[in-house]
Amino acid sequence: MIEEFMKSPYTVGVIIGIVFGIISRLSMLRTDYRQYPANPHGRIVHISLGVIAASLGAVAVPALLEKEYTAVTFLTLAAQQFREVRSMERETLTRIDSLELVPRGVTYIEGIAIAFEGRNYLAITTALLSTLGSVLFTWYWGVAAGLLALVLTHFFMSGKTVSQLAHIEQAEVVMKGPDLYVNDIYIMNIGLEDTREKIARHSLGFILHPKTPDFKVTLANLGQRQAILHDLSTILGVYRDSGEPSLVPQAKIDLNDGRLAVFILPQDRDPAKAMQVIGQVPVLENAVRMPSESKAQKGEAKSEG
Amino acid sequence: MSKIVAIAALKESGVRGGGVPTFYSDDTASMQKIAFTLEKILDATAHDLKNGTIILVRHEGGSS
Repeated sequence: MIEEFMKSPYTVGVIIGIVFGIISRLSMLRTDYRQYPANPHGRIVHISLGVIAASLGAVAVPALLEKEYTAVTFLTLAAQQFREVRSMERETLTRIDSLELVPRGVTYIEGIAIAFEGRNYLAITTALLSTLGSVLFTWYWGVAAGLLALVLTHFFMSGKTVSQLAHIEQAEVVMKGPDLYVNDIYIMNIGLEDTREKIARHSLGFILHPKTPDFKVTLANLGQRQAILHDLSTILGVYRDSGEPSLVPQAKIDLNDGRLAVFILPQDRDPAKAMQVIGQVPVLENAVRMPSESKAQKGEAKSEG
Repeated sequence: MSKIVAIAALKESGVRGGGVPTFYSDDTASMQKIAFTLEKILDATAHDLKNGTIILVRHEGGSS
């Protein structure tokens, strides 16, 4: 029976497609510092959906070659399914967020949710390309197409990080009476002596200089700032407990030149590590603004030049 | 919108009770002590107005 099964011209192609689709989904399912998805059940959900995505992509090719065009409607079903993945992720993370000491913020959550949806489509594409390669040519062309798709996948999924777009430097945390500054940027007013002492002992301050005018706008986005604070607090720990609203980490911009001052109270007070962490924070897709692409801006440049 | 939930003030500051509970003290140290306790009880942030008055504010939108 297995021999009969293998005789079908599409079998090898479909298997190669599914395998590469799954590999691509697995390679994108890393548990990193965000600790997400960390638990075994979260992973199983995503691996299972990845297998489904890979199978759909692989099976689509023989269906099309056999002129079964209606089979394409299955792909729309898949799209529907993966949109649900997005809302599932969003819902879970939003619920968890209300109990975080330093929340992720909706912009970060939306970014993660979109990434989870997008990864399934990439798994479909990888499976589709490798099946197509092996059905149209021979199996090793399928493997080659699969490998190429894997490389492309990683290219698509790697976004920019803060270090590429901003210069980070350590700054002094200054208390002028009850007023708290990071260098010259005002952060907040601290009423209690006790809190001021804690801040003097545990705080760290940084200033981010955006490298481009576009990133200045992105950095001003509250979601992007919250993402920086969340990542710092996740990796370095946070000197804080519930009922201590004055010990909350803050990020404020200087309205005159767009610099961002970051004020944190980490458990692990290591400035070098903190700078590295800030540098690694992803630039959130939903926070990216490109004012320089506007016609108004370009027109201005033309009239000046 | 943020809301003032209590005030800790020095007697000499001239603050008189109004919309929120006001706690008077004779010196800065005891005012600080009252403000500290109130901050923990009310989950509010203490802000120093630099005129012998500490207001306890519950900021909305921020995490507690």
